[in-house]
Amino acid sequence: MSRNYLLSDSIISPLGFGTLENLKAIQNFDSALKHHNNSKFFKNGYYAGLIDIERINDEFSKHADPVKYTKLEKLLILSIKQVFDQSNSVDLNATGLIISTTKGNIDLLGTGEFSSDRIYLWKMAKIVAEFFGLKHKPIIVSNACISGALAIKTANDLIEARRFSNAIVAGGDLVSEFVLSGFQSFQAISPKPCRPFSNDREGVSLGEAAAAVLIGPDFSKDQGKIQYIDAVTANDANHISGPSRTGEGLFKSINRLFERNNIESSQIDYLSAHGTATNYNDAMEAIAFDRAGLNNTPVNSLKGYYGHTLGTSALIESIITKHSLLKDKLYASLNFTASGVSKDLNIIQDHENRELSLALKTASGFGGCNLAMLLKKERI
Amino acid sequence: MSDLHTELKKSIIEQLNLEDMEVSEIENDEHLFGDGLGLDSIDALELIVLLEKDYGIKLTDPNQGKEIFNSINTMADFIEKNRVR
Amino acid sequence: MSIELSIINSVTIRDSKVYKNGQLIFKSEPDLVISKFLKGIYRDQNLKYPKFFKMDSLSKFGYLGVEILTNANIQDKETALIFANSASSLETDEAYARTMAEFPSPSLFVYTLPNIMLGEISIRHQLRSENIFLVSEAFDPALFIDYSRGLFQQEKADKVLCGWVNLHNNEYDVFLWEIARSGGIDFNEEELKKLYLPTHE
Repeated sequence: MSRNYLLSDSIISPLGFGTLENLKAIQNFDSALKHHNNSKFFKNGYYAGLIDIERINDEFSKHADPVKYTKLEKLLILSIKQVFDQSNSVDLNATGLIISTTKGNIDLLGTGEFSSDRIYLWKMAKIVAEFFGLKHKPIIVSNACISGALAIKTANDLIEARRFSNAIVAGGDLVSEFVLSGFQSFQAISPKPCRPFSNDREGVSLGEAAAAVLIGPDFSKDQGKIQYIDAVTANDANHISGPSRTGEGLFKSINRLFERNNIESSQIDYLSAHGTATNYNDAMEAIAFDRAGLNNTPVNSLKGYYGHTLGTSALIESIITKHSLLKDKLYASLNFTASGVSKDLNIIQDHENRELSLALKTASGFGGCNLAMLLKKERI
Repeated sequence: MSDLHTELKKSIIEQLNLEDMEVSEIENDEHLFGDGLGLDSIDALELIVLLEKDYGIKLTDPNQGKEIFNSINTMADFIEKNRVR
Repeated sequence: MSIELSIINSVTIRDSKVYKNGQLIFKSEPDLVISKFLKGIYRDQNLKYPKFFKMDSLSKFGYLGVEILTNANIQDKETALIFANSASSLETDEAYARTMAEFPSPSLFVYTLPNIMLGEISIRHQLRSENIFLVSEAFDPALFIDYSRGLFQQEKADKVLCGWVNLHNNEYDVFLWEIARSGGIDFNEEELKKLYLPTHE
């Protein structure tokens, strides 16, 4: 069985249009989270990572008419375009498209802009697939906040099933009034930029972003490439919105992943956590990591840079993990002050160069879902 | 039992979709969460909305909710003292 | 490398009727509002699960479908869930959006993700297993087949519950089935299509 790799990638976010710009911003400790005053649900404003529509339209007009596509469609298309531009000879007949999103074009609801079917996730995906002339019907993974990484797993599994020979995984979600008001009704929005795992954390900050990565076999002789090893999901079976107090599902997903691949926790060089900065989520993750013996593993949450980008978050974090491995670089967990969880964790406090080979990516979300994924650098 | 107590029980049954319950089955001093009525964290958030919608009371500190939502009695007391409508 | 798999049970809920393995097991008057139809199935099946009344209609369909499919008992707690639909959680999205004008409802917002249904089923049956929720324009048998084969081949599950649970604008289409390594009809696209769109009458 041939292995699949994380090949060309792209991140479009407030931190930059392209992975390189994003990595540079992270290197400079920049955050996408700024104060905004455009929501009727926040009289005193709120912090979030929003992408400037004018920049999107400027970039998009190089390829097509920006009026004809929704904001999210433009972001997804720009992101996928960058992946195509970096990849030689992607066969449009043999490449699948897997879209990861929670709410898609939800900002259109009730506006009367665009045709009414644009609100369907499949319709949005279809428009993106047609833009590139991809032959395969796009597949949509909509599984709350683990969607981005679950879409990578789906790409791998469907390539193994020979549905297509490689696949572009693209994720996107917006910061809409819909999502802002919902998280606000959950009293989950932080009055300051979010502070994952910190004792002064006060909730999530939302962010918008799109990202894309090509998944498939790699026959090139490139030095250093990142292999998808395996991923496991597990449900908490506890509560539809609150995470399990014992971290059951997350622990189970990590534990099964380790057992299946004969991995000991000590072999993990880097742990890319979910870290939304809500009280319960971060506490739950710390308990699960402790149970899995990951107390000493360098760990970060990237939410301080991007905010919670929902269906994109685990995809962005997987892409950054890929570059961390390639660059032998650990990125600081932005906005961390002092530990605010019950178990010891080795939170990365400053950027650090260190030889890295094996990384664990985890994510958790509403519906009690959890995912753990192994990515490994292959040296030639 | 005051009208407010009955009114609260009715709106809790309706707002929280406790379809199989009757007003007479909820005791005034019964715990709403945990062993009692068995409400959960989403119900608590929905009760916060109920306070604002029906009585004009805005809870700013979610931790306040724990004491207020202890039972129908504690809720009714709090509403009597703080209601603006 | 292809492994043999079997469909061992199926349930269809469509046009005010519920079928299990092709047999009509419940029928309500046509054009009943959906909430009443769902409650009718719940009562008819003699279910005792107060959480049912808190679910949105999409989750109720998924929950009821699984209870009927499995006789309310899932033995293998590693049973994976692969669900999909076309309209995601749009029915509840619209209901939540209506509350946004005044008091956004947290208990509606929580159901504005289609995979909440998987959480409800997992809680009911204490499944800490593999889950995925996919969206496609129409029922796509090959997608279910490809994804579930992966779970069997990688030995991540020995049983899989699949569900197409769609609801929008008061129209619903529910089809669930159970896959195992042996013991039923061949699990392939043709058989699946036959079960999905039989000629009942």
